[in-house]
Amino acid sequence: MPITICWALSAQALKILREPINLALFRRPLGRVYVIPERCKECGFCWSFCPMDVLERSDEFNPNGYRYPKVKSGKENDCVNCKMCSLICPELAIYTVEVS
Amino acid sequence: MTQVVKARRHPRDSLLRSERLPHIWCPGCGIGIIMAAYADAIEASGIPPEKHVCISGIGCTGRVSGYMHLDSFHTTHGRAIAFATGLSLVRPDLEVTVISGDGDICTIGGNHLIHAARRNVDINVIMVNNFNYGMTGGQHGGTTPLGAKTYTSPYGNFEAPFNIPYLVAAAGASFVARWTTLHVRQLINAMKRMMSVEGFSFIEVISPCPPTFGEFNNFPEALDMMEYFRKYSVIDHNADLSKIGIRLQGEPLVVGNFVDKRRPSYQELVQETIRKAAGRESV
Repeated sequence: MPITICWALSAQALKILREPINLALFRRPLGRVYVIPERCKECGFCWSFCPMDVLERSDEFNPNGYRYPKVKSGKENDCVNCKMCSLICPELAIYTVEVS
Repeated sequence: MTQVVKARRHPRDSLLRSERLPHIWCPGCGIGIIMAAYADAIEASGIPPEKHVCISGIGCTGRVSGYMHLDSFHTTHGRAIAFATGLSLVRPDLEVTVISGDGDICTIGGNHLIHAARRNVDINVIMVNNFNYGMTGGQHGGTTPLGAKTYTSPYGNFEAPFNIPYLVAAAGASFVARWTTLHVRQLINAMKRMMSVEGFSFIEVISPCPPTFGEFNNFPEALDMMEYFRKYSVIDHNADLSKIGIRLQGEPLVVGNFVDKRRPSYQELVQETIRKAAGRESV
C-alpha cells in the first residue's frame, strides 16, 4: 500500500547492501503521462497517490471548470510507468505509456 | 517540457461506451475505479467480451451497465441477482456479473443475495459499499456503521449494520473477498479469480461517497476517505470473518480474499438432476 515507503526503503537498501552483479541488466522504465482534460473532475487522487510525486494540479481549467493534472516542472523524467494514476483515476482521464 | 501531453482516447475505452464519458458520478466517487478495474479484469480473463454479461440494479452503481460496452441489463431495485440467476440457468455458457450497490444487493435485495449464496449459483457479484443510499440523497441503510450520521439519522445511526463477508460466507459462497478502491491491483486479481470460479463469487468493494456520506462523517473530501483506507487497511486472507465488521472509528479495516473453496454449483446440480430424471447421458 504505502508505495512511497517501499521506494524510499529500496533506495536506502541499495546504499547499504553490496551492488548486485546483474544490476546493469535492469533498467529503470521511463513513462510519459497522457491526460484527457475534458474528463477530469479534480478529485486529486492522481497527484496524491503518485509514488514518484510527479503530478500536480495545473492552473488551466477544462470546460467543466475543473483543473486537471500536469507534470511537475523538473520531474519530466521521473515517471516510472507504474500505472498507479491510471488505475486509481475514477474518470479514466489519465494514463501512462512506457517510452523506450 | 512542463506541459502535459493531451490525449482524446484512453487505452481502456474499448470496453466502455466512451461517447458517454465523462460519467455522471460525483468527483471522487470510487465507482469509476471499480468500473475500470472490471474492464481490466474482462480483458485479462481470457473469456471473449461477447460472453460477458453485466447486470445491475438501481442506484449510482446501477449506471455501470449503461457505461460498459457489453451485453447488459438494468433491472428493478434489488432484483439484479434474481435476474442473473435466471440468465445463468438458461445460458450457462455466459459469464454473468452483477455490479450493484450495497443498498440494492444487501438491503433491498438481501434475500436474493443469501439464497443465491446458499444455492451456490454460478454468478459473480461485485457489491460497491459506500455505506448509504447515495442516489436518493444519503439515507441510512443496512451497511451504515453504528453511530454514523446521515440525512435520516442526524443523531447517529442506531441500527447495527451487516458484516457482509461473514453473512455471504456463512450462506455458503465459493469465493468471498473484500477490497477498497485503493487496492486496485488486488481488486483486479480478485475479479480475475472470481471469473474463473465455478459457483457464487462475491467481492465487497469499499468506496468513498463524499457528498452524501463523507460530508457528515469526517470525510468531507474523497481523499480523506482514501487516506483512511491507506492508514487503516490490513490485508489478512485468513481473517476471522466474525470480527471484520466496519465501524470507521479507526479500527483495522480488514481486507483480503477470505474464502476460496470448491462446492458443486447450482447449474451442475440442476444438470445432474435432469440427467438422472431423463435416464440418459445428455439433455
